[in-house]
Amino acid sequence: MAFFDSIGRNTVGGFAYVGGLARLSGRAAYFTLIGPFRGKALRWSRAFHQAMAVGVEALPILSTITFFVGLILALQGAYELRKFGALQYVAGGVAVSMTRELGPLMTAIVVIGRSGSAFAAEIGTMKVTEEIDALTTMALNPVQFLVTPKFLAMILMLPCLTTWADFMGVMGGAVFGVTGASFTFGGYVQATLDALLKRDIITGLIKAVMFGAVITAVGCYEGFETGGGAEEVGRSTTSAVVMSIFLVIIVDLIFTSLFYLLGR
Amino acid sequence: MSDPNSDKTLSVHDLRVRYGEREILHGISFDVPRGETLVILGGSGSGKSTLLRTLVGLQPATSGEVWIRGQDIAKMSEDELDETRKKIGLSFQGGALFGSMTVGENVCLPLREHTQLEESTIQIIMRLKLEQVGLAGFENYMPSQLSGGMKKRAAVARAMAMDPEILFFDEPSAGLDPIIAAGIDNLILKLKKAFRMTIIVVTHELASAFLIADSMLLINKGDIVAHGTREEMQNSTHPRVRQFLDRVPEPEVAEEMDYLQMLTGEAPPKAL
Repeated sequence: MAFFDSIGRNTVGGFAYVGGLARLSGRAAYFTLIGPFRGKALRWSRAFHQAMAVGVEALPILSTITFFVGLILALQGAYELRKFGALQYVAGGVAVSMTRELGPLMTAIVVIGRSGSAFAAEIGTMKVTEEIDALTTMALNPVQFLVTPKFLAMILMLPCLTTWADFMGVMGGAVFGVTGASFTFGGYVQATLDALLKRDIITGLIKAVMFGAVITAVGCYEGFETGGGAEEVGRSTTSAVVMSIFLVIIVDLIFTSLFYLLGR
Repeated sequence: MSDPNSDKTLSVHDLRVRYGEREILHGISFDVPRGETLVILGGSGSGKSTLLRTLVGLQPATSGEVWIRGQDIAKMSEDELDETRKKIGLSFQGGALFGSMTVGENVCLPLREHTQLEESTIQIIMRLKLEQVGLAGFENYMPSQLSGGMKKRAAVARAMAMDPEILFFDEPSAGLDPIIAAGIDNLILKLKKAFRMTIIVVTHELASAFLIADSMLLINKGDIVAHGTREEMQNSTHPRVRQFLDRVPEPEVAEEMDYLQMLTGEAPPKAL
């Protein structure tokens, strides 16, 4: 009985969690899309600061990681392809894998580590020090004030970061292409462009927007759910990272399946 | 301000607040006339913090009425509540200053968000408010660079930024040394005298309570035990009031059997 009891509890808990995320995202979406028409101004300057923190400051680490991921993809691809003497397909393989899958995914992972955790820690700390209550008593809606700028920054910056990640991945692949597979640099770029369809890039960017929304929702939700004490802030930060990675993978699966079915 | 019918700034009728199954406040009623200072006294877990949170709209009332400026906030929508919140100020126990902003920006925030004032005017108001709490010249400090007492003063300045009609204080002297705590008491008295503000203070510091209060309210386990002027409280013969004022600890478990049951975790007999 205890076993079924715990299954039931976890299922209900899971639905409640997703419900909480949906409610928070819904309110953030309201303040982003509808609020401005009802006299609730968007905070562009706060959104701009968030965009700098989320996007621009992530560039060095994201560039390094995706460059190496591109190189790794090329090496792994070549391992199989050379058996068939088909090394010229390395460029296409790297390009399609990066744009459709690994560009958005690696970007999401880096952003979760840098920003999703930071959102949870920031809001969690504000909760513990009563700053969230202070906002409310000053007639400033915490969701509008804290979440909306993050939401806006994330859904604008993730596609930008993903595009850059795609580019760096291709550059990483080109290193192998030139040194290990008798491509010229120009030839490698041309092969990449020939292999890529507009659809590959667009589906990747759609995923990136969805990942951005998920990471913001989980980070902020975990922050707001923080109980009392410094220990709790640590717990919500950890759980923001773990839940974000999990949900990003789930969303990735859903959209990849969708694009697969639509693309037939 | 000149409405003759609303001489009571704050009025609470049969307020009940419940967290899940547990009822914290069991039907509380009291009035605060305009310009008076009410001190809400109570021990830890008495429900005084819940009462404060309900009065400022942070905790929804389960039932009952909370009238602020002639409107019942218990029946308001979030948007209407925000309009009322602009007319009240709350100074939090730990200050609750925004750590990412300077002291000056903290005070400016409500003015920037809720008024159309020119930036230069906002700066003047901000310096004025900081001067009133004795923090002139500290506008460019970060909250983390301030001492506990200064943080509380800065929080008062922020709470006063919008010229509230009611100012709430949550444990104003908690965690401060006696000299700084006395300074905060003086500040409250000064605000009361200078602006004729209605002030509600939640505290368990008796010395401070008797210094600043016009009337006092003692809460115990979610009920009002006593409500009266300083003198009435001082002369009260109510056992709970006397216990609180004379600082008598709760009696320890006397019965050996009860103590044994407490240790073993078994339920006490029904008769008890």
